[in-house]
Amino acid sequence: MLKLLPLIPLFPLVSSIILMVTLGKLPKRMVAILGAGSVGMAALITLLVGLAFMETGQPHHQVLWTWMRVGEFSPDIAFYLDGLTLVMMSVITGVGFLIHLFSTEFMEDDNSFSRYFAYLNMFVFAMLILVMADNLLLLYLGWEGVGACSYLLVGFWYQNPDNGAAARKAFVVTRIGDTAMAVGLFLLFTELGTLDIQPLAEAAKSQWEVGDTLPVVACLLLLGGAVGKSAQLPLHTWLPDAMAGPTPVSALIHAATMVTAGVYLIARTHELFLLAPPAMLAVALVGLITSLMAAFTALNQHDIKRILAYSTISQIGYMFLALGVGAWAAGIFHLVTHAFFKALLFLAAGAVIHCLHHEHNIFKMGGLRTRLPVVFWSFLIGSAALAALPLTSGFFSKDMILLQAYELPGVGPWLWVGGLLGALLTAMYSFRLVFVVFFGETKMEPDKQPGVRMAVPLSLLCVLALVGGFFALPLVPLASAFPVASEHHPSHLIEGISIAVPLIGLAIAYFIFLGGQWKVDGLVNSASGQMLRKFWFSGWAMDWLYDKFWVQPYKSLTHLLRRECMDDIYNTIVKFCQLLYRVFSYTQAGRLRWYATSMVFGMIVVIALLQGVI
Amino acid sequence: MILVNLILILLVGGVIAWISERQHPNLPRWIALLVILFDLGYLCAVADLSWSQIAVVPNPSDATTWLFHYKAEWIPRFGISFELAMDGLSLLMVVLTLVLGAISVSSSWTDIKQRTGFFEANLLWTLAGVIGVFLALDLFLFFLFWEVMLVPMYLMIAIWGHEGRSYASMKFFIFTQVSGLMMLFAILALVVLNQHSTGVYSFSYFDLLGHNVGGDIAYWLMLGFFIAFFVKLPGFPVHTWLPDAHTQAPTAGSVILAGILLKTGAYGLIRFVVPLFPNEAMAFSPIALALGAVGVIYGAILAFGQDDFKRMVAYSSVSHMGFVLLGVFAWNTLALQGAVMQMIAHGLSTAALFMIAGSLQERLHTRDMSKMGGLWQNMPRMGAVAMFFMLASVGLPGLGNFVAEFMVLIGLFKVAPWVAVVSALVLIVGAIYLLIMMQRAFQGKPNEGLRLSDYGGREMLTMAVMIVGLVWLGLYPQPVLDTAQPVLDSLTRLVVEVSEAASTTDIAGAFP
Repeated sequence: MLKLLPLIPLFPLVSSIILMVTLGKLPKRMVAILGAGSVGMAALITLLVGLAFMETGQPHHQVLWTWMRVGEFSPDIAFYLDGLTLVMMSVITGVGFLIHLFSTEFMEDDNSFSRYFAYLNMFVFAMLILVMADNLLLLYLGWEGVGACSYLLVGFWYQNPDNGAAARKAFVVTRIGDTAMAVGLFLLFTELGTLDIQPLAEAAKSQWEVGDTLPVVACLLLLGGAVGKSAQLPLHTWLPDAMAGPTPVSALIHAATMVTAGVYLIARTHELFLLAPPAMLAVALVGLITSLMAAFTALNQHDIKRILAYSTISQIGYMFLALGVGAWAAGIFHLVTHAFFKALLFLAAGAVIHCLHHEHNIFKMGGLRTRLPVVFWSFLIGSAALAALPLTSGFFSKDMILLQAYELPGVGPWLWVGGLLGALLTAMYSFRLVFVVFFGETKMEPDKQPGVRMAVPLSLLCVLALVGGFFALPLVPLASAFPVASEHHPSHLIEGISIAVPLIGLAIAYFIFLGGQWKVDGLVNSASGQMLRKFWFSGWAMDWLYDKFWVQPYKSLTHLLRRECMDDIYNTIVKFCQLLYRVFSYTQAGRLRWYATSMVFGMIVVIALLQGVI
Repeated sequence: MILVNLILILLVGGVIAWISERQHPNLPRWIALLVILFDLGYLCAVADLSWSQIAVVPNPSDATTWLFHYKAEWIPRFGISFELAMDGLSLLMVVLTLVLGAISVSSSWTDIKQRTGFFEANLLWTLAGVIGVFLALDLFLFFLFWEVMLVPMYLMIAIWGHEGRSYASMKFFIFTQVSGLMMLFAILALVVLNQHSTGVYSFSYFDLLGHNVGGDIAYWLMLGFFIAFFVKLPGFPVHTWLPDAHTQAPTAGSVILAGILLKTGAYGLIRFVVPLFPNEAMAFSPIALALGAVGVIYGAILAFGQDDFKRMVAYSSVSHMGFVLLGVFAWNTLALQGAVMQMIAHGLSTAALFMIAGSLQERLHTRDMSKMGGLWQNMPRMGAVAMFFMLASVGLPGLGNFVAEFMVLIGLFKVAPWVAVVSALVLIVGAIYLLIMMQRAFQGKPNEGLRLSDYGGREMLTMAVMIVGLVWLGLYPQPVLDTAQPVLDSLTRLVVEVSEAASTTDIAGAFP
């Protein structure tokens, strides 16, 4: 069974190539079957492989061929299957299949139906390669591949230049992180002589001591790659704009899978990070600060997708926090539950947009509870899980992160307090969204209802978002990949506070946005309140800052240089030659007097020379 | 004789193509295509190479260990002979030349309407000259081919070029001619100095190799060779002929120029500069590496500033060829393999981008990207093809360019980490100009009224060859690496030996 492993990425790849080569000539039905079916097949085989893996629990290594071999540099095209890989593969193919199914209805009326599935299949392929790779170079192939697919899909509706700009921003900003990561790979290979992940970890442990400079530098470079892909500070600005793509794309790429690649990378190389405590602390701080900043921003958005985008940034911040405190399994657990409920939320948001004349502004919506019941329940369940209300899947994973953060000696309690504040804000913005969109008076009538190909994925994700936390499933195989955290429980008070905070957030959201008991207009409309709102609305003015300090200077520089100043040097030589030409041609103008005079002078000089006068 | 025939077939084929125009204006195209394919077939069939032959590590200074060797007396008084030889490196270059030659014939199929016979003849003669450069191992003969290949190229730009062709062709000619002159001085001086020590005149590579001239004079001789190849590469700051020449050349001219002619400079660096003057080259390497890194970044920045599609691609060549310079002067097997790979991958990807530029000009009668936009709507096939080659140029893993650049950088990181880090920034600035190119030409609001013919069978077939080539290089580059490996091994070993012998110069100290 395990030998079937290469088939899993092969299915979406072949489907994607067929769709690309046929250039939209296939009938839509056929495209839908190919596009969604191939990912369905991948999910099925993943299940089979997973079952076979569970029997032994031994990591499985499969080499397909040698990619390139020059001296000791010999990365293979090879896969490595362990618990972590299996969890990631299940999410990618499972959630991926549901989103593909959803897309077959969502994109039905689009002219480029086939191109859409070609890109989406290619994405699934690249993402699978990313998590299955046994060496960092193949991982990098998947890493860049998902970036390229993300670029293609964000700019899918290319006729609108704004979408193109968003796609380019996504590509270039993540490329900054990727470059850091590439340098990290150069460093690791130069120092340790291999890029295969398992031998690399062994070599690192034998060559480096905890706290050496080199592992810290290497880990920080890898972290650079991770913050780019996972939209963390300071490279998070691309994700909100990436919402320009079709909504199922946002669900798959910009919520469930690709943006969590950074989390996967750090978890995969955790043995390096264990050698670099300062890098671990950096991961935790980046995660915490990002999650708080994004939560404040989410509270002030009015575009339904942008709220979810900032929420994604914030939740990935939690995962980074978990990784930073060494709670590897908790971080991956949150990655999985987040994939469930955030995919659910995005698909539900997509359904709202689909049924509501492509409206994105939540304040133009309202009262949809009765109009779109399926979507309402999906949204409610998704939000409950996002806010980590007790017994939902998000509750278990977030609780685990906060408790493990608390136990970290030193800064632990502070991280815990920060995390709690984030949890409070999360509950507030997610229920603000629910209350504004689905309650209150109806401002807009939906013109259609989601069909069965939308409703089924939504319902299945509802189930996963609700009870996904009960599945011990993700954690059993994970335990084999990570060092086991010490088993000891903090006091009931700490646990009680963790449970209470999201409920408080829910209550605040209720009093402000639904019950109307609390009037905040005065506070919001005051001068400082307005300013703060504007500041938060703009995402802490990060875009403005980057535009001012990077984009504009670069544009001016290119404008300055575009006329090729190097040519000035050569033009000067040309001018000089022309000058000489003019001077000398003037002496041969055909005037007898000139010739006579110059001859006389010439003779005088020659005689003088001969006589040794000069 | 095989090597001589390779060149002769192209020379004679050119004459036939020229004459055949009288029969039918379409005939020269077919003849040119068939001649090139025949040449390629001849190389494959007659050469009858096996991996075991290629895997033999040649002794650079012993001609009998090479794959093929041909030598005939020419001017014995000065030790000049007609000497051709082929090893794995030149084999790769010759194959690349012929493949891109066929592609360039296809790319100019409808583009050239006047004097097709003479055009195809020039094209074939350029190829003959380039193959001569890749095979000649007598320095006098090498110089002859080096100069001769310029003439038909000059004519192609000057006759069939665009609006600014006379300025561009003149600039191209003068830049390469002046730098060629420096090489001629260096060759003559080298031969004379060699005669002083050994007593006989010889222009043979095999005789000159390993006879270290030494002293300051060697440094200057190395510079003479270096400048000639550096201008051709093109390296910053002597690259300025290239944007003009590329922009004004007809499509086939640009394809040959970017795909093949630039590679002669890179080939010269690997074949002559470092092996003939190992110590001097290594002492010079900090400067060369700095120039390479500056060129990589500078080319990318200037590409972003261009409105002219072809000019942008030309600057991207400056940027990409900088990697070859970096790879050569890092001088370890990994970086050298990267440089060789870059020559091939860049040959394919840039040729394709120039073909796209040419097709756009043929259809829109402009190269100005500010007048384009939304062309994907009108020509989805061309858009998809352009997207592929754009991503290849960005360095997407799984395609040839990535393998090349990654190997250069990882090899470079060993000897000069900071240069590698600065050069790696091109991953960002390179993406910026390529993405904006895609936006300005193919994305954005389409012009609905425009009726444009999309790519047809001939164009798609040509593009498919290059797409398959790049994917193959990206996923299974091993055959290419194995072909070049023995040669590069022997060359790196040569440098080590010589530098060990000359213990007075500390090589390690030359690196930052």
